[in-house]
Amino acid sequence: MNKRTSVNTLESESIDIIREVAATSDNPVMLYSIGKDSAVMLHLAMKAFYPGKPRFPILHVDTTWKFREMITFRDQTAQRLGLNLIVHTNQDGLARGIGPFTHGSAIHTDVMKTEALKQALDKWQFDVALGGARRDEEKSRAKERVFSFRSAAHRWDPKQQRPEIWKLYNTHKNPGETVRVFPLSNWTELDIWQYIYQENIPIVPLYFAASRPVVERNGMLIMVDDDRMPIQPGEKIEQRMIRFRTLGCYPLTGAIESTATTLPDIIAEMMTATTSERQGRLVDHDQAASMEKKKQEGYF
Amino acid sequence: MSVALAEQGAFAPSAQDKTLLRFITCGSVDDGKSTLIGRLLHDSKSLFEDQLATLRADSLRSIASDQEIDFSLLLDGLAAEREQKITIDVAYRFFATARRSFIVADTPGHEQYTRNMVTGASTASLAIVLVDARKGVLTQTRRHAYLASLLGIRHLVLAVNKMDAVEWRQARFAEIVQAFRAFAEDLNLQDITAIPLSALLGANVTSPAVQMPWYAGPSLLTHLEEVPIESQSLRQEPFRMSVQWVNRPNADFRGFSGTIAAGTVRPGEWVRVLPSGRQTHVARIVTYDGDLAEAIAGQAVTLTFADEIDCSRGDMVAAANAAPEIADKFQATLVWMVEAPLRPGRSYWLKIGRKTVVCTVTLLKHRVDVNNLAEQQTTLLQLNEIGVCHISLDQAIPFDPYVENRETGGFILIDRVSHATAAAGLLHFALRRSQNLHWQAVDVDRTVRAAAKEQRPALVWFTGLSGAGKSTIANLVEKRLHALGRHTYLLDGDNVRHGLNRDLGFTDADRVENIRRVAEVGRLMVDAGLIVLASLISPFRADRAAARALLNEGEFFEVFVDTNLSIAEQRDPKGLYRKARSGALRNFTGIDSPYEVPESPELRVDTSLTSAEDAAEQVIAALRAAGIIW
Repeated sequence: MNKRTSVNTLESESIDIIREVAATSDNPVMLYSIGKDSAVMLHLAMKAFYPGKPRFPILHVDTTWKFREMITFRDQTAQRLGLNLIVHTNQDGLARGIGPFTHGSAIHTDVMKTEALKQALDKWQFDVALGGARRDEEKSRAKERVFSFRSAAHRWDPKQQRPEIWKLYNTHKNPGETVRVFPLSNWTELDIWQYIYQENIPIVPLYFAASRPVVERNGMLIMVDDDRMPIQPGEKIEQRMIRFRTLGCYPLTGAIESTATTLPDIIAEMMTATTSERQGRLVDHDQAASMEKKKQEGYF
Repeated sequence: MSVALAEQGAFAPSAQDKTLLRFITCGSVDDGKSTLIGRLLHDSKSLFEDQLATLRADSLRSIASDQEIDFSLLLDGLAAEREQKITIDVAYRFFATARRSFIVADTPGHEQYTRNMVTGASTASLAIVLVDARKGVLTQTRRHAYLASLLGIRHLVLAVNKMDAVEWRQARFAEIVQAFRAFAEDLNLQDITAIPLSALLGANVTSPAVQMPWYAGPSLLTHLEEVPIESQSLRQEPFRMSVQWVNRPNADFRGFSGTIAAGTVRPGEWVRVLPSGRQTHVARIVTYDGDLAEAIAGQAVTLTFADEIDCSRGDMVAAANAAPEIADKFQATLVWMVEAPLRPGRSYWLKIGRKTVVCTVTLLKHRVDVNNLAEQQTTLLQLNEIGVCHISLDQAIPFDPYVENRETGGFILIDRVSHATAAAGLLHFALRRSQNLHWQAVDVDRTVRAAAKEQRPALVWFTGLSGAGKSTIANLVEKRLHALGRHTYLLDGDNVRHGLNRDLGFTDADRVENIRRVAEVGRLMVDAGLIVLASLISPFRADRAAARALLNEGEFFEVFVDTNLSIAEQRDPKGLYRKARSGALRNFTGIDSPYEVPESPELRVDTSLTSAEDAAEQVIAALRAAGIIW
């Protein structure tokens, strides 16, 4: 342990951020999206408080359109680690029948993700929410702070961000303000995979290649995860060897054809990849600078 | 990530021993900074096809671009920045080679963004200062080099860009390097590496430039891969860790979690907890991956101690044989980061390590002109200005000078109302070693006690007829002093007669004794460091002179609260004049006992002409003029 590798350095810095949240907040929560970044963040939280447990619950905002394997994995993970899991769904959106097939990705994401998240934060009065976003994901994220303050209405004002000097985080909130904290800010996709491999962190099996039923739509491979997916004329369901680089709502998440069934396979495949992980996400392509706009409105 | 990189072994999943280098790029868009970073990302294959496609599409929309790909669009992340073609905020970029991972803090170069550059530099080990080969060393080049050195960056790369525009001439390069080195001599930089390059054409960025056979040094990327990283030297420093979190999952375990700021620690080593000064030795270094035999700077760990000693968040655990100094008054450099200017005297929260204390800037020595390092006199510090000042904390803290350790010498100031991060600060040295009774016995005398309260103690003596307004004014003055953060006590003539002087009546002898006792108590309180307000009729000059004689020169401040007897009698708040006139009260000053008017009081206020509020203001102004408060 005498050499501080890049990933070990990032690990220590993230643990430091998670501990700082625990020490300075009243009612923190960790957002858990079930994906690989969440898996890493949760693993870091387990390390941060060892031999104790994280002092905060984990929150999953369930749009009801996640892959079924994700939900199974989520419940297993909470049980395995002995953590308090809170699941929140926008009941109003559910009653209105909001879904990606009927309303499109923009409305679905806004109502079932962004609105639902705000509801959950308000309902349980969380003052600080830890999230697994990384700066390398998207360019408006590159300028986001580790401690990102939101108004009482959950809005993000990129022009009013506090400078973060050294690792001295200013955690003082104004009345009504909440904070989103991103312990993985400085990790890259490569770091995440390398760390999962190094630490042997369990991840959702959907990241590994297997024969799965898919439909090709708008140049993307969409997995038919349940019978809610309408099949258009001319489309046909095929079994293909596929896996996912990123996980979200199944109708909005594109698969890639792959034979990578182990972590070293995935990593080797990543080395030769020519597209970024977010390309598989419909949600980012809705409009130019779309992430920045969504974030201002309260999206994580 | 690319095939080429995979072949180089940039990611061997089992044998990853890459280190991390954080660096900052300084320069304006005109210098080709964004192009340089874009080129580094592009040539190290850190851009994906879809990102490049977006970039190509954006480049077509960009009017300023005559290149196929406008890399600046890649870096300016916010919509406002892309619209205005300026960089407002610090952006962090990531790339990796076979040997190292890199985090680039890309910061805007103009003077009005000094705050952003300081933020980016605070975590960087290396700075790339860009110079346009056609323009040479400019004012802003000096500013960038100064800020980098101020923030403790020891490795500087002078990237002389746009060499293609000066026909790749060696003489031009040498001229710029010489000019820069002449200026940089005064800066605290460990090494300066000058590299001629063309970001636009990719010459000397990631591969050697064929156009400059006269240059034998490394390309920029090769240099970034090979330069030794600062943090390695932090391991040689004495051990320091600020306690972040006390880990108490159950009654059997009590650990102290934190990130090691400097040095190494091993079980069995003696440590001192500061500021208390208590010593113990480290029992275990606990981590999720098992106990460690050694932990080094940068690691987040949990320590347990052999003894149950008091230790909480914000305390520093340090090597017992090389513990840091403890002090509460410092000379420091501040970089001001908010619109509301710094005014000396206002108090802020100061966060250093994991500790937050109250801080007052007591003196602004000078402002530093970031363009020529000249010291300028000033009374306030504006946004993006840098100043050297004296600060005073409400409690002593352990520290190292910033030049020795960024983590134990760097701090932020937080506005107590808006909660904004108002300044970044660098501790230089203690102005006065704080008295720490664990190490050395200090004679605690009146000077030390007064210094602890940061004030000049004094006895302010209000004399005058009953009903003149002494108590009212003294009360108002005390409120004002309290609001100014002064430590005060009010001795009221009526009140002391209920306790201390309960045994005294109103005979001449008793009146003398009454005043003597109040003066003695006042003297003791002045000795304790307080500003004491005494409100007594005290009609006789001799008694007041005796009180004055108990105190040092300048510590007795006589306020004559003057008014017409008729007005006082008209006010008669306690009904005493009426009783005296009726004969029910004997020896009453002004009626059947004389009041001897002070001959040379420090201040006379006439309450027949001014209100109590105005009189109190006059007292405050006079105390200020006398140097008792400031």
